[in-house]
This record gives sequence, C-alpha cells and structure tokens, in this order.
Amino acid sequence: MADGHNTPARPLGVTVDPFEDYEDGLTPHARAMDDRKFTINFGPQHPAAHGVLRLVLELDGELVTRVDPHIGLLHRGTEKLMEARTYLQNIPYLDRLDYVSPMNQEHAFCLAIERLLGVDVPYRGQLIRVLYSEIGRILNHLLNSTMQAMDVGALTPPLWGHEEREKLMVFYERACGARLHANYFRPGGVHQDLTPELIDDIDRWCKEFPRALDDIEKLVTENRIFKQRNVDIGVVSKENALAWGFSGVMLRGSDIAWDIRKAQPYDCYEDMEFDIVVGKNGDCWDRYLCRVEEMRQSVRIMEQCVHKLRNCPGEPVLAEDNKITPPRRGEMKRSMEALIHHFKLYTEGFKTPEGEVYAVVEAPKGEFGVYLVSDGTNKPYRVKLSAPGFRHLQAMDWMNRGHMLADVSAILGSLDMVFGEVDR
Amino acid sequence: MSELVRVAERESALTPLGTEMVAALGVEAVVAFGELTLIAPREKIVEVMQSLRDTFGFQQLMDVCGADYPDREERFEVVYHLLSLTRAARLRVKVQTDEVKPVPSVVSVYPSAGWFEREAFDMYGMIFSDHPDMRRILTDYGFQGHPLRKDFPMTGYVEVRYDEEQKRVVYEPVKLAQEYRSFDFLSPWEGAEYPLPGDEKAGA
Repeated sequence: MADGHNTPARPLGVTVDPFEDYEDGLTPHARAMDDRKFTINFGPQHPAAHGVLRLVLELDGELVTRVDPHIGLLHRGTEKLMEARTYLQNIPYLDRLDYVSPMNQEHAFCLAIERLLGVDVPYRGQLIRVLYSEIGRILNHLLNSTMQAMDVGALTPPLWGHEEREKLMVFYERACGARLHANYFRPGGVHQDLTPELIDDIDRWCKEFPRALDDIEKLVTENRIFKQRNVDIGVVSKENALAWGFSGVMLRGSDIAWDIRKAQPYDCYEDMEFDIVVGKNGDCWDRYLCRVEEMRQSVRIMEQCVHKLRNCPGEPVLAEDNKITPPRRGEMKRSMEALIHHFKLYTEGFKTPEGEVYAVVEAPKGEFGVYLVSDGTNKPYRVKLSAPGFRHLQAMDWMNRGHMLADVSAILGSLDMVFGEVDR
Repeated sequence: MSELVRVAERESALTPLGTEMVAALGVEAVVAFGELTLIAPREKIVEVMQSLRDTFGFQQLMDVCGADYPDREERFEVVYHLLSLTRAARLRVKVQTDEVKPVPSVVSVYPSAGWFEREAFDMYGMIFSDHPDMRRILTDYGFQGHPLRKDFPMTGYVEVRYDEEQKRVVYEPVKLAQEYRSFDFLSPWEGAEYPLPGDEKAGA
C-alpha cells in the first residue's frame, strides 16, 4: 500500500481487465488525481502542537510524505526590542523565550555580558545560578516527559508532574518573587541571596523528589501503550544529529556524549559531579529516558550546590563593582555615592566595551546561545538568540517522512518544543 | 576556575588554530574575548565551510544570523557560528554583503542552515543563492519589509485587529496614541551626538 498503487490484483490467466468498464462514479479529473494524497493542517490550535505551531502535513493515506512547519505565530520581535533597551532592562525578555525554564536563558545572557565586561562572579553567586539552572532543567523535563505521555494518550502523568513542578515554582517565587518570569540573574551574579530556610526546603525536596519521579516512571516508562507509540519512532542517527545542529537531549539520545556543562564548563559546573546521560537508539523513547535520568542527575547537582551553599553563608552573591551591580538597599540609605550609583545604573545602565561574544549554556532543551554585538554604548547593538527548539523543529520534515499520522505528535513531543523560544 | 582564566586559556588554544586557518583558507582571523572570528570572502563561503567541516572538524553549524551596519559600504553581515565536538571549540565566520549581492547558501554543507538563512532573509533581506526553499519564516503571511534592519521603525507599519462588522481580522496603518518615546540615557558629556529636547532653542 505504501507505494501509492491501489489497482486491484488481476486473477491469474485473465488477460482482460474485468474492471475496465466498471463505473466508479468518479469524474475523469478525480480519477486522474490520486485520491489517497491529501494535505491537512495540524494546528495552530492543536493541543499536541505544544503552543502555536501550524504544520502543513502532506499525506499518502496515513503515511506522512512531507511536513512543512509554519512558525512565527508567537513572534514578538524580541531581538528588535532588545536593541532599544539597556542591558538590565533586557533580562526579563530572556524569561519570555523558553518560559518553561526561564532562568537558564537569563544565564546565557548574563554570561555574554560578563564576558564582554570581564567580570567574575562570586562563588556563592555561581552556586545559586547553577542551583536554579538545575531547578529549571527539572521544571522543563518534568513538563516535557509527562506531556509526551499525554501526546500519546495518557492523562495522569502530566498531573503528577505538575504537582512537583508547583513545588519548584514556589522555590522560584521564594528566591525572586515571581513564579515564571524570574528576572533573577544579573551580570555579575544573582539579584538576592537565598534565605537559609529556602536552602533547607530545597534540600528536603531533593530527598523527596526521587520517589515522586519513581512513581511517575512506574506510570509511564514501561507502559505498553507508551512504548508502542515511542519505541523506534523518530529515530535520529548520529550523522543526522550532527548535520542538523542538534544539541542537548536530541544529541545525547543518539549516543553522542556531548554536554556543554562538561565540555565547556561555565560558572561552577566543573566542581560538580554528575554523569552525562546518553541513549542508544536515538528514538523517542530513548529521549524520554534521557530526560528522566537527567532529572536524577540534576538532583545530584542540586544536592551538591545546597551543601556548598551551607558552607559559605553570607558571602556575596553579586560582584561588588557598583558600576555594574546595584549597591545594597541599606547602603543606599546612608551613602551618597551608593545613591548616585543606583541612579546611574537604573537610568543609563552600564556600558560594555565594543566587541562581540557568543555565550552558550546547556539549557534543558539543548544549546541556548546568545550572540551579542556591542558598540560600546549601554544598549546591545545586535542580539541574536539562538534557540535549540528552532534547530530541532527544522528536523520535523525528515524525521516524520514515512511515519504514520499518529506519530507526528509523538515525534513533536520528543523534540521538546516551546514556541516562546522558537518564534522569539 | 575564574571565567577570566577560561577566556585566557581559550585564547591561547584558538590563536594557533586561527593562524592555521588563515594559511589554509585565505581568510582573516581575529581572536577576542576568548573567541575566534574568521572573516571570509562572500564568494568562497561554501568552500570555507566545507573545509572547516571536513579538515578542521567543525561538525555542527549552530547558528546563522544577520546583522545590519548601515554606515558600511556593504551594510549586512552574515554570521555563522560553528561548533566542533571533537575540539570542544567554537568558531565564528562572517561574510559581508548588501541588499543585492547574493551570499551562496551553505545548506549543501550544513543542512541546519536552511531555516537560519530563511530567518536572516526574513529579518534583513539579504539574498542567499541556491537555497532550496527560500520563504519568509517568522513574520506574518504577506508581511512587507525586513524588521531587524536599523531603518525599520520599532513600531512597524501595520497593526491588526478583529473587525466586528466585517467579521474578520483587518490590517490598518499603525496609529500611535502618543509619539513613540525612545529613552536614551547616554550622558551628553560622554559623546552622545543628538539634540536633547530643548537644545534646539539654544541655537535660535
């Protein structure tokens, strides 16, 4: 059937086509057009599209022959807006890209600015940034791996996943006051220190979470329907993963042990002990397994951060250069110089030296890069946000060819899409 | 390890690599902020990419983007960011172009360039020759202009709303209730070259 021919088999020995003058009720035009080929529209309001994605699917029966993703329905012109704002005003825009793990994006932007300025981050600031980056990773993987289960028909896993996410959101809120759009990382560190109670609560959560994850795994991992829908679906070879610029889990799922946190460590990742998780077959199920195991590795990193944070209470979390970072509130009440610094910083902002940098972080979805061009003023001249989802979505076409229509949502789920970052 | 030490380490590793590339590829190389930048001639970009992938081991193209410098003779830059997993190194390649001179597409070397080049075209309007599927990607269907150009206004030209009478979404020229306010806090004694509000009275 797959070759697109549906002529009835001719009985042996019969030379005349018995169907030759069969009246099928079709016009010659309809007969000339192959009626098995048609085009359908998937989205932009499809629940399995993970946001506003419009896929134009060309089908041959139920087989996908071509996928044409139409993106940009959530395009907000972030890069243009960022060119008109100072560096500090720009940090909140980074939260609105991949809104599932906001702080990881802020991290990349802050690293880019720090590299331009040549600023070092105090160790406690680095620990907090790594801690919250890993919380972001778990936030993302919890959502994605359980939503992947929902894409193939399960309803309970996302509810269980959201329960744990809710607790992490509270940690976000207690650190910076916002559940989603954190605006917490700053060039030179983080905005505020964590309270000891918050660190204790994160520690307690790290002890409890593995059991919650076991529960979710029992529900999903070996589930027969989940495996039927994901094993051997959307297989990505090593060569393809490299050629199409894959990163993160999409690369590791295809058995390439590449993790920016290990290979090009930033902040204090090189002091952390954790393993790179790789898959063997590069199919949707392997990618799911990688994400689940990465959550366990993230908990390991979080525990180490908590331990180290307890050993350095009260140390600075923000570089103490008041040309770049604001003075503490208490200081401002007493010192005229601190008040001037505060005023200058929140009106004019700081200036970066002329030049260009490309800073990357291992965001939960893959390599998130910020290409920053500075012309020596207080605003970036050009910002390019290089999102992993954009590179991965590009692969939708060849990954889906030859699969069934129902596999489209499974493959899309395993690509881990969030349209905030794809469309920017 | 301090970030400054890392930058210094990367620079000492990238400088010899850059010299090697200058000799092999006929490009210019700059090392700054711990990053290596190659400036390649536009016509040779495909060959440069090919040998960067095959002989220098830069397996992945992670990003392609445009940049607009209206003061230059060739106002656009196309910036490619490459990654080598084997060297754990990154590389930036830049070419110059303008509105009419086509940049050869590198899709044949790195398929991941496809959407990135579409995006660069959409945002800046530079032309990529031999691109298999050159369409706009991020902007609206039927959009006109290239929004990331420096001379494209921040507010755009059209706005959309749902029209209750026509029962459909209509496009209208953008109407601003107040003038677009561009805040600029550069201090005048530090080289800002624009009239501040009220300055024009001093000359009169």
